[in-house]
Amino acid sequence: MSGKAWVFGDGVNTDVMAPGLYFKESMDVMAAHCLEAIDPEFASNVQPGDIVVGGDNFGVGSAREQAAMAFAYHKVDAILARSFGRIFYRNALNFGVPVLVFPQYDEINKGDTLSVDPVAGTIENITQGKSYTVEPLPGFLLDMINAGGLMPWLHRRLQEKG
Amino acid sequence: MSGLTITDKILRRASGHDDLKHGQIVTCNVDLALLLDSGGPRRIWPRLKELNTGVWDPDKIVLCTDHFVPAVDAASAAILKLTREFAEEFGIRNFFDMQGIGHILLAEKGLLQPGMFAVGGDSHSSMGGAFGCYMSGFGAIEMTGVTVTGEIWVPVPETIRINWRGQFGPGVSAKDIMLKLCRELGMNNGGKVLEFGGDTVRAMDMQERGTLCNMAAEIGAETGIVEPDQITLEALRAGGVEPAADALEWASDAGACYSDTYNFDAAELTPQIAAPHSPANSGVVDDYRGVKIDQAYVGSCVGAKHSDLHMLATVLKGNKVKSGTRLLVAPASAKAMREAAADGTLATITEAGAIMLPTGCGACAALGAGVLADDEVCISTTNRNFRGRMGSNEASVYLGSPYSVAAAAVAGEIVDPRDFLPGAGGDA
Repeated sequence: MSGKAWVFGDGVNTDVMAPGLYFKESMDVMAAHCLEAIDPEFASNVQPGDIVVGGDNFGVGSAREQAAMAFAYHKVDAILARSFGRIFYRNALNFGVPVLVFPQYDEINKGDTLSVDPVAGTIENITQGKSYTVEPLPGFLLDMINAGGLMPWLHRRLQEKG
Repeated sequence: MSGLTITDKILRRASGHDDLKHGQIVTCNVDLALLLDSGGPRRIWPRLKELNTGVWDPDKIVLCTDHFVPAVDAASAAILKLTREFAEEFGIRNFFDMQGIGHILLAEKGLLQPGMFAVGGDSHSSMGGAFGCYMSGFGAIEMTGVTVTGEIWVPVPETIRINWRGQFGPGVSAKDIMLKLCRELGMNNGGKVLEFGGDTVRAMDMQERGTLCNMAAEIGAETGIVEPDQITLEALRAGGVEPAADALEWASDAGACYSDTYNFDAAELTPQIAAPHSPANSGVVDDYRGVKIDQAYVGSCVGAKHSDLHMLATVLKGNKVKSGTRLLVAPASAKAMREAAADGTLATITEAGAIMLPTGCGACAALGAGVLADDEVCISTTNRNFRGRMGSNEASVYLGSPYSVAAAAVAGEIVDPRDFLPGAGGDA
């Protein structure tokens, strides 16, 4: 699967991903305002399968899960960044959104077509004809991610316990 | 091998493994889980229904309403109603409705003991580390997992030791420490715990220690922690709880292994201000002197405790809020408000012209009264100033200590708070 790259800079925080002003609203409304403070086009133009690329500390800030949910809502295929805010990183995995640490994030241009395999840890930039290998998702968590996130994993665990 | 930090020891106990290595992922048993109205029942209960299950241990859950209080519209009223119904349905005895911000209530009620492994559904849950426990913040989806299983996975963190020695000068406080550290350590310290020590920290009351640990979240750390001492035990007793017999054994070994150690001199610290739009965009107050402000805001878990209100009043005493500027004050808890009323602090604040707002998270995250319009400038005692955090994307928020915010309210612009304090080394 491949998608178009949306490229952002350093320190993109959870307040711009899920603005407090819309905190009481449904996910439809919250997702429509995702990142509007820094890229008003993102929420209306992002397509399922697209890939979000960020710099340092992507998702720094609060524990609000709507920040990570917004990307799941838009069916973003993966998020690549030089580093992640710790709670955002965990939230994204729990919603089944692959998040990969990608040191060469600044070689990606907005609109490049990328293909990402989060389990193998491979990233292909089809537009530029470049390939990258990154740390795959943590092995400990693959079970949960393969299950589709924390909810399906909890469901299975509860069933196994009877 | 070298000695262990307090964090190493807590994670060994909570995980049941005594051979942990830093970076390893380990599953821990949760001693206490803090749920708030923001990411608590409104997000967790539908998932419990979907899973057809309940809560693992209602006595280990603390539930507080603080983000959407008091209700200002039908949506926030519905969230609060659902939160109350959740407490009733699952028999949550430690349910505190509109009594204050959750992180503050944990401290006031004596619910945190040294050595505990605790989690909270809010990034500033790190504040609990002031009591010598490991307490970290997580999203509502993971708090759902904790609510069901009583377990959570964590990467075993390394510890950064931060020593402060010496006495603060007038007009300087723990908030200035954290604004300086946001600049010097940056905001990207995942996998690390900040352990605060030194005689400056030892001299702090629990509320100032709370400020240190609270803003470990801004440093991007897993959490912050302060080893317990007699001040910790006294605070527990004040909350009506007798400390565990082994409470003071939760401490780092003399030869504990730290990833980094920093040493700072408190006497050299001056008031710090963070400029828009990041807590790390900070500098000494002189760098921002003369910035005109529309609003001064005193609120949030980090910036409206009783000690913060006291700092505010110290500057406001005998002064008035500048015409054309508004000073809004939202005490962090009902108890902080009562204490401020009892000791005269509240009278000083209101006589200066401040507007008192309800207890709760308020405008800090644009959820309550005091949000900002386009092009407005605010100086705030809160912990974050990201774009849009307090309302309009076009507003500007500066962060400072209660001393600095009070001084700006009186002057109508950012000034050195030491100018208002007798015996301080300001320029006045």
